[in-house]
Amino acid sequence: MGGFDFKVIVDNFSFLMSGLLTTFQLAIIAISGGLILGILLGMARLSSRPYVYYPATVFVNFLRSLPLILVIFWFYFLVPILAGRPLGDFLSASIAFIVFEATYFAEIIRAGIQSIPKGQMQAAYSTALNYRQMMGYVVVPQAMKNMIPSLLTQSVIIFQDTSLAYVIGLKEFLRSGSIVDSREVRSLEIYAFLGVVYFLICFTMSTLSKRWERKKGSLR
Amino acid sequence: MLAYEFRWSVLWELPYAVWMLEGIWTTIRLGLISWVFALLLGIIVGTCRVTPYRPLRLIATAYTEFFRDIPLLVQLFFWYFAAPRILPTSVELYLYREVPQAEFWITVIALSIYTSSRVAEQIRSGMQSISQDQFNAALSTGLTHFQMYRYVTIPLAIRIMIPPLTTEFLTIFKNTSLAMTVGVLETTFMSQQIEAYTFRGLEATTGACIVYLIITMMVVSGMGLLEKKLAVPGLIARGR
Repeated sequence: MGGFDFKVIVDNFSFLMSGLLTTFQLAIIAISGGLILGILLGMARLSSRPYVYYPATVFVNFLRSLPLILVIFWFYFLVPILAGRPLGDFLSASIAFIVFEATYFAEIIRAGIQSIPKGQMQAAYSTALNYRQMMGYVVVPQAMKNMIPSLLTQSVIIFQDTSLAYVIGLKEFLRSGSIVDSREVRSLEIYAFLGVVYFLICFTMSTLSKRWERKKGSLR
Repeated sequence: MLAYEFRWSVLWELPYAVWMLEGIWTTIRLGLISWVFALLLGIIVGTCRVTPYRPLRLIATAYTEFFRDIPLLVQLFFWYFAAPRILPTSVELYLYREVPQAEFWITVIALSIYTSSRVAEQIRSGMQSISQDQFNAALSTGLTHFQMYRYVTIPLAIRIMIPPLTTEFLTIFKNTSLAMTVGVLETTFMSQQIEAYTFRGLEATTGACIVYLIITMMVVSGMGLLEKKLAVPGLIARGR
C-alpha cells in the first residue's frame, strides 16, 4: 500500500479533463434545454385551461417523485426503440436530463411568477396591455429577478447530477475517474481528486450566486 | 411506429417478482436507517451553525458546505473504494470479505452524511425563523444554553421544519437508488438485473418507477397527517 502517489493524476490528466469537458457539455445542455422546457411547463402549470393545467401538473409531479437514475435508464432504453437504432449514450442522457431538470425549473418558475402581487397584473391590464404584453413586460421581468438565485442553485445541482450519467457508461468526469482507477488501482488519490475538483467548481458557482444575490438585494 | 413488443409480465413472473420485492424491502430499510442517522447528525450540525460560539459555527459551516458541494455518487465511491484504503490491509480485507452487507452499511454512511448536511441547512433556517424573544425568554427563566436548545428551540424548530424535512425524506429514498452502483440489491439494481436476464429494460425500469411513485405518495400522505397533528398552535398555517 505505500503512501500517496499523485503521479496517477498527472499521468492521466488529459483523459480526466476530457471527462470533465463531457460533464460541462452535458450540464450546459441540461441547463439550457431544461430551462426552455421548464418555462413552457411552468406557464402550463399556471394556465387556467384545465386541459393544459392537469397534464402539465401530473407530468411535473410524476417526474419529481422519481430518482434521476431511473429516468436516465428509462430514456436509455426508450430512445433506441423510438429511433429504431442506437443513438449513443450522450444523446439519451441529454434527453433524460432536459426532461428531468425541466420539471424542477418549472416549479421554480411557477413560484417566481406567483410571487408577483396580483395588483401588478391588474394594473398592467388596466393600462390596456394584453396577456402577452402583461407577462412579457410586467410580470416575467420582475419574477425573473426573484427567481435567479433559485435558478443558479438548481444549475449547481444539475452540474452535480450529471455524475449520474455514469450508470449508462457515459464517459463523464466520474466515469473517466473510475476507468483510470480500474487501470491504476489508486482509488484514494483519484476519488479525492474528483471530489476536490467537483467541490471547487460547485463552491465557486454557489458563492458567486450568493454574492450576486446579495448585491441584487441591496440595489432594490 | 414501434417495432417493439412489450412484455410486462416480467414484472410478475417468477423469479423476477421476488427479486423486485426483495429490492423494495432493501430500498425501504436503506432509506429509513440512513434517515435516522441523517436526522440526528443534521440536528447536531444545524444547531452548531446557530450557536454563539464561533469555532463550532465555523466547523459546522465547513461541514455543510463541503458535503453539499460534492455529488453524492462521488462521495459514495469515495467511501466505498477509497476510504477503506486508509485502513491497514488486514482490516480492509476483513471489511470487504467478512462483514455481511458491507456495501449496504457503507451506503448508509455516505447517504446519511450527505443528507445530514442538507438537513442541517433546513434546521438552521428553521432556527433562524424562531424569534429572538424565544431564546431570551428561555435563558431568562434560568435554563442553560443546552436546556434552551433541548426544551425550547429544537422542538419548535422541528415542527416548523416538517414540510422541508419531508422533502429531504423523499430525497433520501430517491437517492438510495445510487446504491446500485456499489452493488446493493435495491429496487433500481433489481430492475436492471431483470433487464440483464430478460432484455426487457423499458418494462423493468417502468416497474421500478411505479415503486418509487408509490413510496413518494405514501410518505407525502403520512407526513401530511403528522404535520397536522404537530402544528404549532397560534402560527399562521403554512401554505403549500
